[in-house]
Amino acid sequence: MPNPKKRHSSCKRGQRRSHDALTATGVSTCPQCGEPKRPHYVCPSCGTYKGRTVIKKDEAL
Amino acid sequence: MRHNRDEKRFDRTYSHLKSMLSNMTNDMVMYGRIRTTTPKAKALRSHVEKMITLGKDGGLSARRRAFAFMKSKAAVTRLFETIAPLFKERNGGYTRILKVGNRPGDNASMAIIELVEGPQAAQAAEAAPKKKAVKKAAPAAAAKKAPAKEKKEAAPKKAAAPRKPKAAAAEGEAAPKPAVKRTRKKATDTEA
Ligand SMILES: [Zn+2]
Repeated sequence: MPNPKKRHSSCKRGQRRSHDALTATGVSTCPQCGEPKRPHYVCPSCGTYKGRTVIKKDEAL
Repeated sequence: MRHNRDEKRFDRTYSHLKSMLSNMTNDMVMYGRIRTTTPKAKALRSHVEKMITLGKDGGLSARRRAFAFMKSKAAVTRLFETIAPLFKERNGGYTRILKVGNRPGDNASMAIIELVEGPQAAQAAEAAPKKKAVKKAAPAAAAKKAPAKEKKEAAPKKAAAPRKPKAAAAEGEAAPKPAVKRTRKKATDTEA
């Protein structure tokens, strides 16, 4: 069976991981309620999108 | 092997796929708005729009072709008599897909797909012109920011002095509760 011949140094490990970085997701502000929301998504806190009420929120609460 | 296929099967056999799309089209006609995964909503869009186009034709042949796909008398009747007339003036673009975030459990991207016309369609905020909408949003934003700040201030207090008497602890716990309730309320739309 194939096996590693030599232990990889921490430098090699770092080189391998140099492409693993994650990029931060974009965040926009809801124009209706000012809460942070994902761009192109219905606002999870007030339920509006582009000035339309998509999901009715918490009137009963 | 047929390369470059663009239709999605959703891990279903062709008959299963057809019946799923047919059922979802019926739901769109009967309820006007359904909540499903984003890829399913995008696949459904084209089928719903084709059925509405048949409904606008209105003839017997069109009715039979619609029934061949939808297989529901009630839905075809509703499509031809109440849904299709709403779209008389519109040339395509009968549906709207709105992304609503990811589903807990499998993290699937969820969307609401709805008919653009009809009582279920997302209501524009009082049909006011754009400038007014922006101005109205400003005080609302200010009002909402204030409680958010309070939350933030309450949280560090709790962390800094955990041995404080009950009153402070209660304040800290009371603040995040509404957020939890909101997430539970989401499930009101029809699941498909
Ligand atoms: Zn909002």
